[in-house]
Amino acid sequence: MLEVSGLKVRYGEVAAVKGVDLSVPRGAIVVLLGANGAGKSSTLNAIAGLVPATGDVSFEGKSISGLAAEDIVRQGLSLTPEGRRVFPSLSVADNLHLGGAAHAGGDELKRRIEAELDRFPILRERYAQKAGLLSGGEQQMLAIARSLMAAPKLLLLDEPSLGLAPLIVDKVFELILGLKGKGLTILLVEQNAGRALEIADYGYVLQTGQVVLKGPGAELAQSGLVKQAYLSE
Amino acid sequence: MDLVLQQIVNAVSLGGIYALLALGLAVVFSIVSLINFAHGELMTVAGYGMFFALAVSLPFPLALLLAVSVAVIAALLTERFAFRPMRKADVTGLLLTSFAVSAILRVIFQNGISARPKPVPLPAGLTGVVEIGSLHIGIVPLLSIVTAALSLALLLLFLKHTTLGKAMRAAAEDFEVLRLMGIKANRVIAMAFAVSGVLAGIAAVLWIAQRGSVDPLMGFVPVLKAFVAAVIGGLGSLSGAVAGGFALGILEVLFQAFLPDAALPYRDAFVLSFVILILVWRPDGLIPAPVSRRS
Repeated sequence: MLEVSGLKVRYGEVAAVKGVDLSVPRGAIVVLLGANGAGKSSTLNAIAGLVPATGDVSFEGKSISGLAAEDIVRQGLSLTPEGRRVFPSLSVADNLHLGGAAHAGGDELKRRIEAELDRFPILRERYAQKAGLLSGGEQQMLAIARSLMAAPKLLLLDEPSLGLAPLIVDKVFELILGLKGKGLTILLVEQNAGRALEIADYGYVLQTGQVVLKGPGAELAQSGLVKQAYLSE
Repeated sequence: MDLVLQQIVNAVSLGGIYALLALGLAVVFSIVSLINFAHGELMTVAGYGMFFALAVSLPFPLALLLAVSVAVIAALLTERFAFRPMRKADVTGLLLTSFAVSAILRVIFQNGISARPKPVPLPAGLTGVVEIGSLHIGIVPLLSIVTAALSLALLLLFLKHTTLGKAMRAAAEDFEVLRLMGIKANRVIAMAFAVSGVLAGIAAVLWIAQRGSVDPLMGFVPVLKAFVAAVIGGLGSLSGAVAGGFALGILEVLFQAFLPDAALPYRDAFVLSFVILILVWRPDGLIPAPVSRRS
């Protein structure tokens, strides 16, 4: 569904991503692992059009390289950025509204908001509150719900469990599995390699901007490199 | 007592104009980090729009509408042809661009129209005073207050209840994420400029209603004041801009009314000293912008 080849990202003199190839098949959960600064987030941001990159990204057989972020999401790829980044002074309602406003209007927009409130009952309770007043876990739910308002085919999730309490982390991973169950394809960047590999169909390990290892989730979990580098708590 | 009430009316009407202008600066600044010093020329454009409309004897309400419309068009044109190409520039680059736009427009007014003030004839009804009991209150200040209040209320409704208004508030907090949602950056920015144009146009009409003429430098001083007001309120904060505008208006009228005659020429020095005191007390302004900006 998503094919990335030779992706390179530079920030001035610094090469953050040095030629990454990866592919995400329809209906799968694919995870990108790696240490801080390995280029995981840069890869996601480049796919979503937030940072300029060279190389080719194609989605459903169509090249989306060089498109602006606001056009890429219209193709059906939605990114939930690292750190949640909800609009803090806007209400939960307005955050959801903006998530869908470019993709649906009128009754369809209302229907989508209703669907997200059903999926995340906590957001219904917080509906009129400012997003900045929500807890970290609630903000993460809101950030994901806001991305889903675009009704994407592929969801790009950047560190959804970062800084959350263990109980909430469980919920987030449950949710991701649930989304897969509903037919969504997911590309996930995670620090929590153990948990991520449990739910991933396929995984890539990035080091200093390059793919150093790839394979099915279960296989990666057994590999020496992953065990040693990311699972050795 | 009457004198105090009349001064309050003056303070609120002047503060309202500053609030509208400061709000126009803040709306743009909050989204593109641009302090638009060409904002004053938007006022001047509106003033000339009104002058020409009345010169060809259009009805007064139509002239007002035209004044505001040309300010909006000018705002959109400067955005499209001056600021959009500079979008990637840093704050200094944007600031210099706005100085350039401002200077170019002023020269065009001076050479293309006239360096001298052009009289803008106002309907006779506007020059009178209303008597409430023993109070004599000018119609113009009263109308200014009503217009400013109405404009602020409408803007608030727009920001709170329309998609584009919500998008503008969101853009001030995290523009990148807004683009991730498919909302076109250019549309939101153009809208911010259009709103600033409307506010400058309305402020221009109110300003002219008090002075009766328009000249190439008309917008310069009020926008400088509006900038001060925006800083008092907290640069980039919309509610701060309104608060700062009224605070500055009240300060000016207070000093004007209560300074001894000998000190009156130094009124602005007193006002600005007071502004400095406010900033020592609250360095980020009265109502600071809510979030730190992401780069």
